[in-house]
Amino acid sequence: MLKKINLQVRNNMITYGIVILAFILVQILQSTGNLSRLLQGLLVPLTVYVILAVSLNFTVGILGELSLGHAGFMCVGAFGSAFFTAMVKHGDMPAGLRFALAIAIGALIAGVFGLLIGIPVLRLRGDYLAIVTLAFGEIIMNVIGAMFVGRDSSGLHFSLRDAHSLNMGADGEMIINGPLGIIDTPRDANFMVGVILVLITIFIVTNMMNSRDGRAIMSIRDNRIAAESIGINITKYKLLAFAISAALAGVAGVLYAHNLTTLTAAPRNFGFNMSIMVLVFVVLGGIGNIRGSIIAAVVLTLLPELLRGLADFRMLIYAIVLIVMMLLNWAPKAIEWRERYGLKTFLAKRKAKEAKE
Amino acid sequence: MGVILDVKNLGISFGGLRAVNDFDIKIEKGELYGLIGPNGAGKTTAFNLLTGVYKPNKGIVKLEDKDITGKSTIEISKSGVARTFQNIRLFKKLSVLDNVKVGLHNHYPYTTIEGILRLPRFRKMEREMTARAMELLKVFDLVGEASYPAAKLPYGKQRKLEIARAMATRPKLLLLDEPAAGMNPNETLELMDTIKFIRDEFDLTILLIEHDMKLVAGICERLTVLNFGEVLAQGETATVLNEPQVIKAYLGD
Amino acid sequence: MMNFLSFVTNGISLGSIYAIIALGYTMVYGIAKMLNFAHGDVIMVGGYISLLTATMAGFPPWLAIIAAMVGCTVLGITIERVAYRPLRNAASPLAVLITAIGVSFLLQNVALLLFGANARAYPAMVNMPNVRMGGLTITGITIITVVTCIIIMVVLTLFIKKSKSGQAMLAVSEDKGAAQLMGINVNKTIALTFAIGSGLAALAGVLLATAYPTLTPYTGAMPGIKAFVAAVFGGIGSIPGALLGGVLLGIIEILATAYISSQLADAIVFGVLIVVLVVKPTGLLGKKIQEKV
Repeated sequence: MLKKINLQVRNNMITYGIVILAFILVQILQSTGNLSRLLQGLLVPLTVYVILAVSLNFTVGILGELSLGHAGFMCVGAFGSAFFTAMVKHGDMPAGLRFALAIAIGALIAGVFGLLIGIPVLRLRGDYLAIVTLAFGEIIMNVIGAMFVGRDSSGLHFSLRDAHSLNMGADGEMIINGPLGIIDTPRDANFMVGVILVLITIFIVTNMMNSRDGRAIMSIRDNRIAAESIGINITKYKLLAFAISAALAGVAGVLYAHNLTTLTAAPRNFGFNMSIMVLVFVVLGGIGNIRGSIIAAVVLTLLPELLRGLADFRMLIYAIVLIVMMLLNWAPKAIEWRERYGLKTFLAKRKAKEAKE
Repeated sequence: MGVILDVKNLGISFGGLRAVNDFDIKIEKGELYGLIGPNGAGKTTAFNLLTGVYKPNKGIVKLEDKDITGKSTIEISKSGVARTFQNIRLFKKLSVLDNVKVGLHNHYPYTTIEGILRLPRFRKMEREMTARAMELLKVFDLVGEASYPAAKLPYGKQRKLEIARAMATRPKLLLLDEPAAGMNPNETLELMDTIKFIRDEFDLTILLIEHDMKLVAGICERLTVLNFGEVLAQGETATVLNEPQVIKAYLGD
Repeated sequence: MMNFLSFVTNGISLGSIYAIIALGYTMVYGIAKMLNFAHGDVIMVGGYISLLTATMAGFPPWLAIIAAMVGCTVLGITIERVAYRPLRNAASPLAVLITAIGVSFLLQNVALLLFGANARAYPAMVNMPNVRMGGLTITGITIITVVTCIIIMVVLTLFIKKSKSGQAMLAVSEDKGAAQLMGINVNKTIALTFAIGSGLAALAGVLLATAYPTLTPYTGAMPGIKAFVAAVFGGIGSIPGALLGGVLLGIIEILATAYISSQLADAIVFGVLIVVLVVKPTGLLGKKIQEKV
């Protein structure tokens, strides 16, 4: 029994270890001048994608529901936190505290959105749930992209029409400028903070998985009716999982927003494609496998960038990865084949043979 | 001893079809009670009514004088009724141990924060949960498989694990839906002993649906026979099984 | 008032295209119980086939349209055979949905590599004079779209009611296992469903590209998703539901663009989906299914 618990702890330690090793490796490369500019620019986005992949895996692999609107939560976190930063950036708040608060606010707003959206969405099942999360993701992006917020001496002004209808005074300052978004956000994010947030994300997700909440959530995934019959509150745990997953996506959004000077709610940043890209990470890494998500996010982001010729084929590669991985991992015939001839079976057979001899 | 389950006039129809009609049953504390009847007689539907999966159109369900008619599955589970399913419903990807620990869920209420931060109460309660779950697994001879994913268990053990999981909720009343289905005669015999053992050991009342007449005759003290959704006969096992209308319902015309 | 009427006419025209696309979704969902996410991209493929055969091979419009329909039918059957059928009995229903998303991405990105991201002008495949009724002008393409849509609905309904294959489709949609026991070839029936849905998608592609007169690799994606919204709105699995849902959604979208905000039109369309699913998950004309315990 003890062995099993230790196995879990060891498993988590390996995951933390991989992340920390990667961080140290990058630091060494950087200090010896071996990190290309291209790679340096990718460091923070990498942590953003890793957090997104882990948080989506929490919904898809642990809760067992397919969310196609994860980029929407990221968008909420990004804009919520960047709005806060824009409001206080001229004040005398130290940058460190400002960013810490921005992270908390981004996580909180995205979490609240997850909760609010979860209430109607989680009543649905399967395909319908997936398509409604997609719808919410698009709605969030479209509405934020149509939002105008300005500030003058009389306070905040808000409009969904255009900047002109804000009726601001002469001292007015645009904070969110519709499709042009939020500009001049201080670049508070850096690789170190990103890695710390990745570690915190892993900590929250893996510890939850190995606690009563995590077991309740996974029991709903495995058999909703049985879970209900032993007194698990389905709604409560589905909402909890969805909100935590959304909050973590929000944190990724905060990092994203504070790594760019211009933040726009454009489809290429927060659209359906972004949600799918993250889904590809989750599927390649293994649905429900947290470490797999991390590795897949890193590999699939770096590969097309490093192999220059592949950059044009990036999305095509993602599409093929998605189809092939699903067919290999889920088709009953493929599973049967693997159980008969797969590496694990082969090793087990050899072991049994050795034991016999 | 006192009555634990008192059901009167329970009924439900699906689209005009009366699946269960005027279902009456009264079970004493500590009894091992059988619910039998031909296929499609409404036995599982009766279980679904008792556990809140379906809401009855009429009738009253009382658990120890407490009215639980139409309550949600969760409330009914919390008031002390647990069940198993005809088509086994385990948490397939969770380990055997974790399946039982989910059953203990509502008895160890540490918070989400305590769980994430691994605070002392989490450690203490998890230790207790594991110990308690292992005790239950011991009763059902599943200790050796504790760390297996539930889906990897052989069929007979899956049925036992389902009972162990139901037991973890500390029920007063346990509903077993065809616990011996798919078991070989030896396994069935062993299961009969286990069912009697848990009834005595845990102060349980057990209501079971079963097709295996040997099992029913061997362990049930009293029986209710359902046919076409209605009660056909009720009483002491030996008497009921010899009633002509029961024999007719089973053997056909 | 005239403006309003012309918006409604435009809405009906757009909605008729949605309805034709929605048919593909609703049939596949009803029979194979899966959301064919790539359906919208089959539309785009149909658009490109008709464009290329008409402009480069010099096919007359009717032949270009037939070429597109044949091409898409083959594509639909291939997708089903290669990507979906192996997953039909997968442990998780999400498996085939994720694969379908992969197929959608594959089609878009292959088109992107072949044809580039720039929008191509789409020639007028069908010519029909505009009709003036009072102050209201109805364009030829609107009339053709609406008439095509109605003809398809009628033919499809008759096909399902009267033909043996149609009856087989109904049987498979009710209960795959039972249908198989009755001697119905489930694989063939599902393949036929994909064939019909994809052939119709090609037609929708031609109509859509003619209405906008441009074509890009992403042309099909959004209308595809919206047509699924329409199918859900009308009640998934129902042919009249697809028509009703499509037309209503088209009108809502055009009116929202005209009177509220073009920025928010998509958000409003998706808002409709959410409201429908929360209030009446079975859609306007759908029927309820109870889960077995």
